[in-house]
Amino acid sequence: MKTYLVQRLAIAVLTLFGMSVVIFALLRLAPGDIVDILFSTAGFVDPAARTEIMRELGLDKPIWIQYLDWLRQIFSGDLGKSYRYDLPAWEIIRPLLPVTVELAALSMIVAVVLGVPTGVISAVRQDTPLDYVLRVLSLAGLSMPSFWLGMVIILGLVAWLGWIPPVTYVSPGENFQLHAAQFLLPALAVGYRSSALIMRITRSSLLEVLREDYVRTAWAKGQTGRAVIWRHALKNAMLPVITVIGIEFAFLIGGLVVTEQVFNLPGLARFLVQAILWRDYPIVQNLVMLIAIVVILSNLAVDLLYGVLDPRVRYAG
Amino acid sequence: MTLARFCRKKPLGAVGGLVMLLILVTAIFAEVLATHDPIMTEAAGTLGRPSWEHWLGSDHLGRDIYSRIVHGARVSLIVGVASTLLGSVLGGIVGLLSGYVGGKTDLIVQRVLDILQGLPLLVLALVISAVLSPSIQNVVIAISVPIIPRAARVIRSSVLSIREMQYVEAARALGVAHLRIAFRHILPNTMGPFIVLGTAQLGSAILVEATLSFLGLGVPEPYPSWGRMLSVSAAEYAQKAPHLVLFPGLAISLAVFGSNLLGDALRDTLDPRLRGA
Repeated sequence: MKTYLVQRLAIAVLTLFGMSVVIFALLRLAPGDIVDILFSTAGFVDPAARTEIMRELGLDKPIWIQYLDWLRQIFSGDLGKSYRYDLPAWEIIRPLLPVTVELAALSMIVAVVLGVPTGVISAVRQDTPLDYVLRVLSLAGLSMPSFWLGMVIILGLVAWLGWIPPVTYVSPGENFQLHAAQFLLPALAVGYRSSALIMRITRSSLLEVLREDYVRTAWAKGQTGRAVIWRHALKNAMLPVITVIGIEFAFLIGGLVVTEQVFNLPGLARFLVQAILWRDYPIVQNLVMLIAIVVILSNLAVDLLYGVLDPRVRYAG
Repeated sequence: MTLARFCRKKPLGAVGGLVMLLILVTAIFAEVLATHDPIMTEAAGTLGRPSWEHWLGSDHLGRDIYSRIVHGARVSLIVGVASTLLGSVLGGIVGLLSGYVGGKTDLIVQRVLDILQGLPLLVLALVISAVLSPSIQNVVIAISVPIIPRAARVIRSSVLSIREMQYVEAARALGVAHLRIAFRHILPNTMGPFIVLGTAQLGSAILVEATLSFLGLGVPEPYPSWGRMLSVSAAEYAQKAPHLVLFPGLAISLAVFGSNLLGDALRDTLDPRLRGA
């Protein structure tokens, strides 16, 4: 288990390092440097002010020093400065973080609650009309853009209930019910999409396990269907499902990018889009790196969980 | 497997194929099928409800939504197919060579792919399209890059098993050059997984294009794009004119649904090993 742990950690660190290079290089590809973009709205550019900003940003140094400076900055927890707001990025991001974390957690719960049971039902009732209906519904979930689904949910609420979700953020202390509604709707839109993948993998994985000898033995012993499926089969079928849930977490962040926009939630993902549109590159660079770290850590967590749940992985690793 | 047999065995897949065919026909004959000029504005008829004149209503600038959706099919399909092809071919070549060469090269390539795959598809596409200037070519590039590692993985895993087959050994014994073995002997046998991969990625490419355009980072004006039809302006008028939101979103969902259905059926038919992957 220990070597497995060390190995996984080493790979995660290496991947993160590689990602920092990719992200850094990518944002240097932008036509014109950051200073040009900062000045593009000003019209007239004072050369002295230009060199001043270049120096402040460290753009006058060689590129690899700039990269090392950036790494040092990240390690010390300094996320740089937003040029749009003229504030340290961390001060802007901090209040946004809980919004995104709450939304991501809620969406994940919706995805699992919708995905796992429907996957089980679909596998147990394989090739029945119910199975077909559930599969088509899940495929539909994969096909609808979550931002559009969000818009349709809002339209439906207005049309049928005459209720318009709040346009500005409501804190839970202010009005808990409104807050819950404000978060549950986007979580439904994002979670439905993620549930589709979870449902599909649960179904196919359970189908595979149901054909195993030990499941037949359980049936032969005269156990009830419910016990066979929930106690014997599902336990082993859940392993790939857990992997997909981990991977899905990364996709979910992508889904949040647009959903926060549609529902006007002041979260990290919406801020990322705004920073991109404003060409606030130092912030974009740090936010994308933050996302990369979250994704790698969640992958790592899944790997480790896998090692705990499945003893075979430990020995093979 | 004949077409008739495929339709009988995989009715859902056949439906998906039909949907894609419909969209393809719409894209090709957009000029014939459209009732209006998709970019012509009409100050008198803004936010019109669906009517005889405007089948699916008109938007906030008085443009005919039906005609815009018909022309949007062309943009969506071109961007979707081009980026899927570009990403799958590049990724396929990487996977082919990495799988064939094996050893340390393979290990390093795998780690690099890990890095590319470590970012959510949409976030990577978002950053690339933000860095490049807005144009159709750049949208294609932005969408194709995240496809590369996914394609490389699939092709590599099938190359790994084909590489060990006896006919490859025979070719090597005959002294056939490595590159020729890779491209002429192994590559044709990865076509099954390649087609499956392409169909599956097409849906997600169309979806990413719609999302980028929705955020204003995708296909630029004046090309009508389904995603941009849903963007800020549509959201603003949504209460007054829900058709502004409903129809373009339905078009996106239908296109992605069709390619997903087709991709699923093709996967089951051509490559049973990938089932559930």
